[in-house]
Amino acid sequence: MKKTYKVEVDCANCAAKMEAAVKATEGVKDASLSFMTLKLKVEFEDGADAETVMKNALANCKKVEDDCEIFL
Amino acid sequence: MNQKQKKILYRIITSFSLLIVLTIVCRIVELPTVLRGVLYLIPYLVIGYDILRKAWKGIRNHQVFDENFLMAVATVGAFLLGEYAEGSAVMLFYQIGELFQSVAVGKSRQNIADLMDIRPDYANLLTDGQIEKVDPDDVEIGAVIVVNPGEKIPIDGTVIEGKTSLDTSALTGESVPRDAAEGDTVISGCINLTGVIHIETTKEFGESTVSKILDLVENSSMKKARMENFITRFARYYTPAVCYGALALAILPPLFLTLTGMTGTAGVFQVWADWITRALTFLVISCPCALVISVPLSFFGGIGCTSSKGILVKGSNYLEALANTKYVVFDKTGTLTKGVFEVTEIHPAEGMDEKELLQAAAYAESASSHPISLSLRKAYGQEIDISRVKDIEELAGHGVRACVDGRIVLAGNEKLMRREGILCETGPDADTLVYVAADGTYVGCIVISDVIKPTARQAILSLKNSGVKRTVMLTGDSQSAAAKAARETGVDEVKSELLPADKVSEVEKILQQKGEKEMLAFVGDGINDAPVLSRADVGIAMGALGSDAAIEAADIVLTDDDPAKIALAMKISVKTLRIVKENIIFALTVKAICLILGAFGIAGMWLAIFADVGVMVLAVLNATRALRMK
Repeated sequence: MKKTYKVEVDCANCAAKMEAAVKATEGVKDASLSFMTLKLKVEFEDGADAETVMKNALANCKKVEDDCEIFL
Repeated sequence: MNQKQKKILYRIITSFSLLIVLTIVCRIVELPTVLRGVLYLIPYLVIGYDILRKAWKGIRNHQVFDENFLMAVATVGAFLLGEYAEGSAVMLFYQIGELFQSVAVGKSRQNIADLMDIRPDYANLLTDGQIEKVDPDDVEIGAVIVVNPGEKIPIDGTVIEGKTSLDTSALTGESVPRDAAEGDTVISGCINLTGVIHIETTKEFGESTVSKILDLVENSSMKKARMENFITRFARYYTPAVCYGALALAILPPLFLTLTGMTGTAGVFQVWADWITRALTFLVISCPCALVISVPLSFFGGIGCTSSKGILVKGSNYLEALANTKYVVFDKTGTLTKGVFEVTEIHPAEGMDEKELLQAAAYAESASSHPISLSLRKAYGQEIDISRVKDIEELAGHGVRACVDGRIVLAGNEKLMRREGILCETGPDADTLVYVAADGTYVGCIVISDVIKPTARQAILSLKNSGVKRTVMLTGDSQSAAAKAARETGVDEVKSELLPADKVSEVEKILQQKGEKEMLAFVGDGINDAPVLSRADVGIAMGALGSDAAIEAADIVLTDDDPAKIALAMKISVKTLRIVKENIIFALTVKAICLILGAFGIAGMWLAIFADVGVMVLAVLNATRALRMK
């Protein structure tokens, strides 16, 4: 399952950090964040609940970069 | 400027004014140091409170060494050392840089968005004679929409009323308007120029061409190029490396100086303060943002640029691969040729004229819907009077026999002539020859061929000029037809009489021969080439607008049928890559120089911020050049 989310982040390196944080979240198979379009594309593991996974992902992102937002 | 940027701007102006006033006051009146420090804290906090807060949060989340932390430490350090003006000014300068960067990035985002401004905002839905403006998403398949001159066609469909000409330039880069009348299919994203048309929709908005294209371009930045991944990986090692470097710089030299007693007149405290400042400067310089942003931005610019020319690239990685393409393999029919059969030559036998010959053939073939029969009738160009033809008999694999105006006319291949015992001269080398005999006598032959696209030859030539080593044409057609097309287009090699599976194995063969860094592109019409398209390093589908299968299978889609676009796409990709490399080299060089200067104490915090934000803004500006390539 793949989903796309809109994100808000100020710098390119922070975007790269966010991407890594989302990737490391449990239930996420792969993730790609484009700083240019401010879009995050997440591929979930089979059977993962997108909503819970994304909540954790956002929490992980906040840890590496406080000033960011994923619009769930 | 958005709300956030405006807020920062006001803070910058306030803080800047306060700083100036304070500096003047301090020049005139001699204030006690503590009071001076407190007064300078006001502009400092106005401009830097959010940075301090972010730095604090970063520490709590174990994310030290981010920019905010560095700026906080550097400026707080300056305050502790009594350099109040310096501390405030550095923070101010940093925020100005950040604002500038944010505006530059926003601007280039906007530029790209404008380039892709084909998204229709509404549809005029016609229900019971009433026109209603609705969201294109709400229009169902089979509904009727009205498109007025000047409006964009929001949804793919068929024209059921009216005629007009359409500006397709946003989709194809082609500036000549295309005519559309009743019965024609039209694709969304075109701009209606002259007349009001009614369209019966054949797709939902989400499945329409315009949505597909926007999706494709917007998602293209998700597929990252090798160089982009390299930079991200590089940043991952680079940042900690610089941090440890800074730590070493802060401790080792002053420790050495203190232990050896070489602190000189400055005193131990001053030596340590000096080296710690250098280490902080070092850290500020090190921020990898300029590198990390300029690479994807350049690629995105390049993709935006190609989109505006009717070349849709599905990912930065394909743009990168295209720049290194050394082998281009073409499908013949529909790619280098128009894929439609036309009568190109007429060779009447003695005593016959061209018109008479064509007429006989057209009448004999009048009942067939075979492409060859269609092209004969098209070339004849007049209405067929069915009463003049009788007893039409299809001779499978040979041709037809019919009675035209009382004469027995045979039209077909050479085998037919031989079977009927008719003597005929062998015609020229061509795709298809139709031999015609009347009442047992040979009357001439007609050459039908698939016409080479007018730009095909130029396309091959420009590819060679842009460094392509070998161009190969693959076709299922006969050897003679293939050889002719190869001669006319100037491709290096031709492989004929191939089955679809053979095309894959031919491509595999070339893939094995080529060097590792050399890329192979396959160009096809996308309808039956899907396996080859996905096997090649870069799969290019032509004229694929409206064909979902092709958009799926290909990496690059040319929205019009022009093979010359391949060379153009290569040119843009090469330029994009050059900009990417320029940015990488520029950013790394400036950073390296500043790092060295910083370590020796030559560069202060000012230069450090330039190395951070200034380099980044310059890199962004350079990257946006990718948008404006010709």
